[in-house]
Amino acid sequence: MTTLIDAPPSDADALLPLKKKQAGGGLGQYILVRFLLIFPTILILVTMVFFLMRITGDPITAAMGGRLPPEQLQERIHAAGYDRPLMMQYFEYLGQLVTGNFGTTLSDNRKVTEMLTTYGAATLELSINAIIVALLVGIPLGMVAAHRRDHLPDAVLRILAILFYATPVFFAGMLLKLVFSVWLGWLPVAGRAGTRTELSLTALQAPTGIYWLDALRSGNMAALSDVMSHAVLPALALGLLTAGVFLRLVRTNVIGTLGKDYVEAGRSRGVSEFRLVTKHAYKPALIPIITVMGLQIAVLLGGAVLTETTFEWKGLGFQLANYLTARDFVAVQGIVVLLAVIVAVTNFIVDIIAALIDPRVRY
Amino acid sequence: MSANTTIEPVANPRAPLFRRLPVVSHFNKSMGLQRFMLVVGLVLTGIFLLTALAAPLLAPYGFAQLSDADGSFPTQQAPGGKHLLGTTVGGYDVLSRVIWGTQTALLVIIVAVVLSIFAGVILGLVSGYIGGWLDRILVVVADAIYAFPSLLVAIVMAIVISGGQSSLFGGILAAAISITVVFIPQYFRVIRAETIRLKAEPFVESAKVVGASNVRIMTRHIYRNATRTLPLIFTLNASESILTLAGLGFLGFGIEPSSAAEWGFDLNKALADTTSGIWWTGLFPGLAIVWTVLGLTLVGESINDLNDPRLRGRKRTNRKGSAAAAPAAANGSGPATELSNP
Repeated sequence: MTTLIDAPPSDADALLPLKKKQAGGGLGQYILVRFLLIFPTILILVTMVFFLMRITGDPITAAMGGRLPPEQLQERIHAAGYDRPLMMQYFEYLGQLVTGNFGTTLSDNRKVTEMLTTYGAATLELSINAIIVALLVGIPLGMVAAHRRDHLPDAVLRILAILFYATPVFFAGMLLKLVFSVWLGWLPVAGRAGTRTELSLTALQAPTGIYWLDALRSGNMAALSDVMSHAVLPALALGLLTAGVFLRLVRTNVIGTLGKDYVEAGRSRGVSEFRLVTKHAYKPALIPIITVMGLQIAVLLGGAVLTETTFEWKGLGFQLANYLTARDFVAVQGIVVLLAVIVAVTNFIVDIIAALIDPRVRY
Repeated sequence: MSANTTIEPVANPRAPLFRRLPVVSHFNKSMGLQRFMLVVGLVLTGIFLLTALAAPLLAPYGFAQLSDADGSFPTQQAPGGKHLLGTTVGGYDVLSRVIWGTQTALLVIIVAVVLSIFAGVILGLVSGYIGGWLDRILVVVADAIYAFPSLLVAIVMAIVISGGQSSLFGGILAAAISITVVFIPQYFRVIRAETIRLKAEPFVESAKVVGASNVRIMTRHIYRNATRTLPLIFTLNASESILTLAGLGFLGFGIEPSSAAEWGFDLNKALADTTSGIWWTGLFPGLAIVWTVLGLTLVGESINDLNDPRLRGRKRTNRKGSAAAAPAAANGSGPATELSNP
């Protein structure tokens, strides 16, 4: 949500002191402390999820309850060790995590690590596509809006940005599906690729799991176009949500830098208005966007759950929804831990960038 | 909403109370496009509120009603006739569910936002002002939750809280608390950041010199200024809670259809219809979400822009002149002090 609250227009002046006087010993220490903070962050999330999930009961009853007679259920609970004290299970689970053992899913009996890499690739592909859409749409439109500030294009674009934000991903996806797949019949309704393409891609040696990359490597153009046509609608649905955020950010920041003296100086020297926006005002305005882009990862991952469900895109989010419905807590914990690691590391990088830009951030 | 009346330091403290109310004062400050956006947002939000209040009068049928005197409702009937917006696969009347959905949405917004403002503001003030280890720990915990995809936090909370519960009140409370857990870190972050910034301001230092207690500085000097952005966050979070509620419903972790009408749930059921070209079951609940979120966001947006002199429309001719604006700036309220704009 705070994604929508504008970051304050970039303070280009704040950048200068850093260049003049070197950051000093504070920065190295800050980076170290901030790096060490990654671990408690992950630990907190893992702990929260572990105990919250256990409040609702043990995983086996949750997953199999009603489908097995009570004696058998008791047997399986005992065999898996779920009848031991909770703290013992917790520390055992932590120990397993440290050694990279995420356990085996209850509902479909797969290794969690294998499940994570398979579906993680699909989610990664979707996220990359969405970010590309967001950047391609958001940045140019934001510059146009800033340039034509308070005129009709600005008004239209600002309302458009809010509209992008106000439309839930799944509703946008549903509308796109309805228009382009069902009514016009241009694009496939759901999935990541046609059955034949999917088979040919998984048969590759050492597939990356990112379909367009695999298709490109195998040189199979038919597969590539099939993958692309499947990717368009999910990428649009998820990307436009983020595009709205980028549009607003670019607009606000470019407006901020357009008012600076050096831009005025450029203008007085006869630099064209177009060049002023695209060269002079744009670059300093990009810095806060980089940090916000890091924060957008969390929004993207959340949106991915909804987008994947809408388009039956078999990634982490789609699976997460399935595992949650099946009450497969081992799988859910695995996915949450992976997401926690991604989020914690991204946040670390974002904070370091922010500290490099603005020394006041450090505490 | 009553809290909002006290926290907005307005340019002219001597104006009548009515003109100092957040939205009213913003309306007076606005012009041109900004005023247009604010008005559109207010109209959309107003219609949403009225619909929620008058739902029993407006809705042709109950939200869980499947039949009337003439017998059972047809399923998946196209819009028109007795069912203006058609019926769903389960035989519910789409129009009625859209209208009743406003009530669910409003209740969830109120409970979620009020709970999270209380918790978030207090934690943020204390943590930012006191600092030290308490601050470190709270920041790590809040960051962990905040950074995590909010929808997932809400899902986990929803499972834990409701665990199959399906009553109207239980469902709404579960949804609201799930959303609250997501929001607390947001308020916490904003208020804490403002508190830390304000702590270094000269007026806090002078209050210390004069001998004001920590509690007094926190509640009077910092709180007043740190919560300057609260009406903004309030409206933005209200729209966010609608989206989270809808997301929960869409994934099947929301409120049961028989205990309340919830747009996200209806969209979930409509997903399968889309493939066979049935558009009315998904379109109308979806539009209801967009309508509500759009209205609230437009209001929040406009307030945000009007609070920030850099983004405010260029209206330089203040009738009372700069004399009225000066005290506000001297309070250290907001970006005005940071700006050296003429």
